[in-house]
Amino acid sequence: MTETISATPPLGAPPDRDTLLEVRDLRTYFRVLDGTVPAVDGVSFSVGRGKTIGIVGESGSGKSVTALTIMRLLDIPPAEIGAESEVWFDGREILRIPLNVMRKVRGKDMAMIFQEPLTSLNPVFTIGEQIAEQVRLHLKTSGREATDRSIEALRLVGIPSPESRIKQFPHEMSGGMRQRVMIAMALSCEPKLIIADEPTTALDVTIQAQILELLKAIQQRTGSALMLITHDLGVVAEMVDHVVVMYAGQVVEQGTVEEVLLDPRAPYTMGLLESIPSVEKRGGRLSVIKGVVPSPFNLPPACRFEPRCPYAWDLCHEEAPPLSRVGSADRLARCHLHTSAGDSRRGAALQQHIDAMRVGGTIRDAPA
Amino acid sequence: MTEMTTSTTPMAAGEPLVRVKGLKKHFPIHGGLLRRQVATVYAVDGVDFDVQPGEIFSLVGESGCGKTTLGRSLLRLVEPTAGTVTFRGRDVTGLPAGELRALRRKMQIIFQDPFGSLNPRMPISDIIGEGLLAQGLTDRKTRDSKVEDALETVGLRREYTRRYPHEFSGGQRQRIGIARALALEPEFVVCDEPVSALDVSIQSQVLNLLLDLRRDFNLTYLFISHNLSVVQYFSDRVGVMYLGRIVELGTVAELYRNARHPYTIALLSAIPEPDPRRRKKRLVLTGDVPSPVAPPPGCRFNTRCWLREKLGNPERCVTEEPELRVLQSGHQVACHFAEDVTSAAVVAVAASQPAIAPAASEPA
Amino acid sequence: MTDSRKPQGAVASDLVRRAEEAGQDYEVGLESLSQMQLAWRKFKGHRLALLGLTILGILIGVAVLGPLLLPYNFATIPLPDKIVYEGRPPSAEHFFGETGGLQRDVFRLVVNGARTSLFIGFSSMFIGVVIGTIVGSIAGFVGGFVDNFLMRIVDVMLSLPVLFVILVASRFFGNGNVILIVVIFGLFSWMGISRLVRSQFLSIREREFVEAARAVGVTDRRIIFRHILPNAFSPIVVSSSLIVAGNIIGEAFVSFLGFGVNPTTPTWGNILSNALTFIPLGNWWWPLFPGMAIILTVLAVNFIGDGLRDAFDPRSRA
Repeated sequence: MTETISATPPLGAPPDRDTLLEVRDLRTYFRVLDGTVPAVDGVSFSVGRGKTIGIVGESGSGKSVTALTIMRLLDIPPAEIGAESEVWFDGREILRIPLNVMRKVRGKDMAMIFQEPLTSLNPVFTIGEQIAEQVRLHLKTSGREATDRSIEALRLVGIPSPESRIKQFPHEMSGGMRQRVMIAMALSCEPKLIIADEPTTALDVTIQAQILELLKAIQQRTGSALMLITHDLGVVAEMVDHVVVMYAGQVVEQGTVEEVLLDPRAPYTMGLLESIPSVEKRGGRLSVIKGVVPSPFNLPPACRFEPRCPYAWDLCHEEAPPLSRVGSADRLARCHLHTSAGDSRRGAALQQHIDAMRVGGTIRDAPA
Repeated sequence: MTEMTTSTTPMAAGEPLVRVKGLKKHFPIHGGLLRRQVATVYAVDGVDFDVQPGEIFSLVGESGCGKTTLGRSLLRLVEPTAGTVTFRGRDVTGLPAGELRALRRKMQIIFQDPFGSLNPRMPISDIIGEGLLAQGLTDRKTRDSKVEDALETVGLRREYTRRYPHEFSGGQRQRIGIARALALEPEFVVCDEPVSALDVSIQSQVLNLLLDLRRDFNLTYLFISHNLSVVQYFSDRVGVMYLGRIVELGTVAELYRNARHPYTIALLSAIPEPDPRRRKKRLVLTGDVPSPVAPPPGCRFNTRCWLREKLGNPERCVTEEPELRVLQSGHQVACHFAEDVTSAAVVAVAASQPAIAPAASEPA
Repeated sequence: MTDSRKPQGAVASDLVRRAEEAGQDYEVGLESLSQMQLAWRKFKGHRLALLGLTILGILIGVAVLGPLLLPYNFATIPLPDKIVYEGRPPSAEHFFGETGGLQRDVFRLVVNGARTSLFIGFSSMFIGVVIGTIVGSIAGFVGGFVDNFLMRIVDVMLSLPVLFVILVASRFFGNGNVILIVVIFGLFSWMGISRLVRSQFLSIREREFVEAARAVGVTDRRIIFRHILPNAFSPIVVSSSLIVAGNIIGEAFVSFLGFGVNPTTPTWGNILSNALTFIPLGNWWWPLFPGMAIILTVLAVNFIGDGLRDAFDPRSRA
């Protein structure tokens, strides 16, 4: 059942028409005083038109850098993009097009929503001016039409009396309202892809609920694809079709949201799910992923999760595991458990996870 | 009322460890050329609760609800404007500086930000050791060995004493912050969002550590958080705060199963669960939390309350501020119409909400 | 001994498991660098700053050792046999040339001037930083009325026409005495520092680590000296370096106008001042070398200041 994915398709072959975004072997490095840090290290995934994908990872996993690389918002240098990397968007490769062409793609066909709406809005312009500017730039419309479109976009995201709102400055609004403005801005040109980087992390729960509902409704209405970057598995479960889990710059698991959250195959994903506190675990210890996320300056030699992995054995320290198929073609996990070397251990490991989820707080490593 | 609070806790016997009565903290806002007071932020505006010895009492609420200010007023890191805080029967609010310092040995705090709460220019030995020295618990000669003990207690290596904060990861720094508080052997610890700034995989480590330490040192925690799942796992009793007041208070079992305040219900409905099979129609609150500079008259939640809307906007909600009252189930709630809350009502309201909920207008 | 205070419940296996959960490998264990060491590492990567440091090092070496090897005492140096009005251009014997009038060796003057000029620059900076730090700390820590009062004094000081006041002050109190010049410059260099220190106090005072220190019972005194000041250190150092440069130029200017250090004690400024009337005679070597020394020093100090700013900036990692 398990087999190793071979090399990426040869450079230049465009993906089929149903695929809006295809990222192939993306590598992003940062040059720093002490050398080169691989922030994104060979990431591949694709997003279908109108679909929602979740990129999940903790700090240092490379999920945000992935988004910024796709948007080409990184300064080069200090960043460097690997020569073998390809990003196909709407039928063309966008890592190699000139920046001024990319600028037209960005904002129009591909829009981004950031975590902190206050710092991503310009404080000296009214929100109306900021949205209208983007519309004028990309849709080549008149000033009057651009204003109308801005009002319409604000109304779409549920901002009351948008005609007067467009005259306000970002600091006159609350965090939730600003995030709505960011979304309105992203939507104003009816993009084919919205990239949302932790769009609700800075917001309170009740406001988060508003924004998530809003994103869902808008996506349904406009048919945009959504790439949602988050660390919150709850948000993922709520929002997305397909999940890519990243750890230390690599994809460690991907599949549909049901597959990944209900039947995880990478030990990192299993550990994350086991460690979430819940009412069933009251009174017991939470199971934990021991240790810390490795420093990018000092990555483990083979499997990057090996020092923290409860299932690791000698091989994991010697040889980096490939991303292996664990089901349908895009159901992948990066772990030796899913190569032939792990045949004898796989069943016990998966059983251990199931037990941990069932019992709640695991007692497998409790002191005697 | 306070008697009822006591009776709802499993360990009813004896005095509460900490008793908070009528606590208020108002921050003046100065403005204009003459720096006159132009407005007041009602950060904490009349809060009462007891914390029993050995329990974990949690305060939940969104940003701006006053939970952090409340935690700091208990330790007098901010001076309360009114009300009393009693620790082991002794009023803390009037203590002179000298006695306050001695008291701080017994009441400690763990901060949210693992980066901001450690002085970047101090080695770990100073960060953990300065409290020990200030409290006269050690002298310079034995300081380092005590610091090493504290490090070991929180799972860090004894050799780390000469290191600086920037050499540690977020979770490890949070352990250092915990060691600093715990080195003084306190009885009561305010944990102010101790895991919110940490990565998911590190959160559970720190929660486990806090539970272990509670057992080992017989600690009592006031746990402040906005994360309802963590609170549900972690605490014995919970107080839900909204705009400077507690709107609902009860045991975890009672509050999560049988919440009666419309705000609590909305909060619970908003938790995203990591299970795609449980995707649900949420009860989404409209609008934002009003500014604590001008809390709405009557019930502070009336501007966003779905229950009030469902009941046809009764006058009482805007004219009369509801006090915490004890329900039959034993927990306390500050809502005039708590008896009208049923799960059927919640489902009906959630289902009737439009797909794009309008953000209610806020004062510009 | 270390076991005496171990908690009752925490058995050894608990501690082992806790340590395992906490993990060890991060950047910990690679090397232990204090903030100072990190800053030095970044400073070393700044080429101009290293160049500045080298130049300043040489100049300080000259200022310290030079007068021992090439002493200059106005009274004891014998007068030339024949006084010629014009100076003499650089030669093998006097490679910076000779002055007009008393035919002094310009090299010897510049070397001896280095001592006075650098002394004035650094000492007056020191006085300014001490006063500025004290005033700024009090204003920032005490706040309220005291803060208001001190900051209004700063406003007044800043609104004075500084150069004019310095000229008058050195005329009436200075009498060409080096120490008094230092004091006067020091008294006019603290305002910027005090504002800086005050604003640092206001922001650092609100940081969580200060709150944490208060929570464990640390005294105000220790909070000021161990928590706030060390964290305000880098901006103070950066602006101090700029004060040094400013005051060396200031001294040169005041001496140039004839109100500075007594001409019997050479400083770069009064050497220039004396050279003034000889420039039309084509005695270019006389003003050139002290002028170069001033430019070199000020540049060096500014480069160092730049390097320090980058080195202390937490946002620059490379």
